[in-house]
Amino acid sequence: MSLLDIKNLSVRFGDANAVPVVDGLDLRVDKGEVLAIVGESGSGKSVTMMALMGLIDAPGIVSADSLSFDGTDMLKLKGRQRRRIVGKDLAMVFQDPMTALNPSYTVGFQIEEVLRQHLGLSGKAARQRALELLERVEIPGAASRLDAYPHQLSGGMSQRVAIAMAIAGEPKLLIADEPTTALDVTIQAQIMDLLLDLQRDQGMALVLITHDLAVVAETADRVCVMYAGQAVEVGQVPALFEAPTHPYTEALLAAIPEHSQGARRLATLPGIVPGRYDRPHGCLLSPRCPYAQANCRERRPGLDAHERGAVRCFYPLNLSSEVA
Amino acid sequence: MLSFIARRLGLLIPTFFGVTLLTFALIRLIPGDPVEVMMGERRVDPEMHAQAMERLGLNKPLYAQYLDYIGKLAQGDLGESLRTRESVWSEFLTLFPATVELALAALLFAGTLGVLAGVIAALKRGSLFDHGVMGISLTGYSMPIFWWGLILIMFFSVGLGWTPVSGRIDLLYDIEPVTGFMLIDTLLSEEEGAFVDALRHLILPAIVLGTIPLAVIARMTRSAMLEVLREDYVRTARAKGLSPARVVFVHALRNALIPVLTVFGLQIGTLLAGAVLTETIFSWPGIGKWLIESIGARDYPVVQNGILLIACLVILVNFTVDILYGLANPRIRHQR
Repeated sequence: MSLLDIKNLSVRFGDANAVPVVDGLDLRVDKGEVLAIVGESGSGKSVTMMALMGLIDAPGIVSADSLSFDGTDMLKLKGRQRRRIVGKDLAMVFQDPMTALNPSYTVGFQIEEVLRQHLGLSGKAARQRALELLERVEIPGAASRLDAYPHQLSGGMSQRVAIAMAIAGEPKLLIADEPTTALDVTIQAQIMDLLLDLQRDQGMALVLITHDLAVVAETADRVCVMYAGQAVEVGQVPALFEAPTHPYTEALLAAIPEHSQGARRLATLPGIVPGRYDRPHGCLLSPRCPYAQANCRERRPGLDAHERGAVRCFYPLNLSSEVA
Repeated sequence: MLSFIARRLGLLIPTFFGVTLLTFALIRLIPGDPVEVMMGERRVDPEMHAQAMERLGLNKPLYAQYLDYIGKLAQGDLGESLRTRESVWSEFLTLFPATVELALAALLFAGTLGVLAGVIAALKRGSLFDHGVMGISLTGYSMPIFWWGLILIMFFSVGLGWTPVSGRIDLLYDIEPVTGFMLIDTLLSEEEGAFVDALRHLILPAIVLGTIPLAVIARMTRSAMLEVLREDYVRTARAKGLSPARVVFVHALRNALIPVLTVFGLQIGTLLAGAVLTETIFSWPGIGKWLIESIGARDYPVVQNGILLIACLVILVNFTVDILYGLANPRIRHQR
């Protein structure tokens, strides 16, 4: 059984007729696996994970056939039961570490809070454990950092603290939402190394939301490519990089600067993700797709499994056999 | 933190001199002088007038009068009232607790109710409660204090008879002024029913005086809360699985209170200004009523030094708020 099994997840903002930000998404994460979710801004990557965490507020509407985490359907849980899992077995690290920590409380307080809430630790025991966690995320002079306020830390340090907070409950699944986007390039690599080290060390599953395909290629076991709220391709690494089956994945890979060496311009996919008023009738990529045919503009393709994964396209690329 | 306090203290000196200059000039800009007012309706004999003015030292040129004033101040001499011959300082000390008691009651009323209403309005943004609270607070803010006081007296005191119309305590009680705070003194006096009576006298003036601060604090708390609730760290707190109450009161409110605290401090000035009107309406024997009467009598020493004392008080309060602000916000505390 998978650790996380999302079936037909939709998230809308407004009423039930509003255009969905996440549109019938199926997603599976196995124990100890690293899954990367990639896609342009606005493709619904973060919103999917926020929905799982129960962080979508009104007017957001979350619906799904199931949001099963570790055998429990998160959608069916009441607030208190959900909060027993969120922050403990299911934790999240956010994009901008400089704003993700509360400026009014010390680092120690914010870590100990998790230990108090989920593990019942308090006083000296909590402080000792918080110190160990800071050491675990490789913060130099950890003991002196316990009483530091977030504004006294650099971005990289803050992200380490945020990670320490997230792993305090020894989660089975850690979601990292673009954990390195707001950091310097040199720090990015350190934070990624730390996350992967923790993932292997603790045997937890890691969902990595990112724009950075190079990071995906180096770290992920599997990839889910999202476009306009839908999964358009799911596949293994490195197969997906070597032979993408969806035109959108191909375009994303072509846009990596290293792939355009010698060319005078970077390869790009013209146009933007469709919004509320220009959502196509047919395939959501059809207005931008270089391979689109009349059929694509009429009907929407489903996500179909094939030998190496799944693809949402009538005319998949690089496939030897026909789509099942 | 020490250098923070030292810098703030340094700012106090110019403010202090500004206030002395202003009050000195303003009271003399009002037509008439103390002697004229004392002589009343009768025509003043110019010779007697001049003698009296000389005795009071008011015939000297203005700059000399100001230097006299500052010189006395430097020796800690606040002068004496031209009307009562009492020292300004002792009159101030007698009347001040009444004003403080009223102001504290008003602040307590405005602070607790304002923060609570602001938080709930922010959490239920766009709801009937939100619109209701914001509408009422705008009305409260726009309401002239003297009119609002009279309406409340008409309704609760005259109409329903729930509260007394004026004063601090019923004449039946003879309370020894130990602390000057009627609520405490009545408890010390052991006179039966005195405390409740003092409380009943306090309620209406406190509500009237607290209305504007209440409106300001409620609106400020609401907007600060709305801003803070959108912050990433509130999302982080929720992602930790903390209870909604803990997210709101520990993580959000602590940060939202920083701007509210500043407004709270600024309201102390408004409160003392409001006390002048409120005390007059309710015949509350405090500083406000004292100043109004002294201005009527052109009692120069009382007006000058009374206002100076109040100004010092406001400065002191703002200073304290600045320090509290530093305590509440670590980013300010650590500024070098």
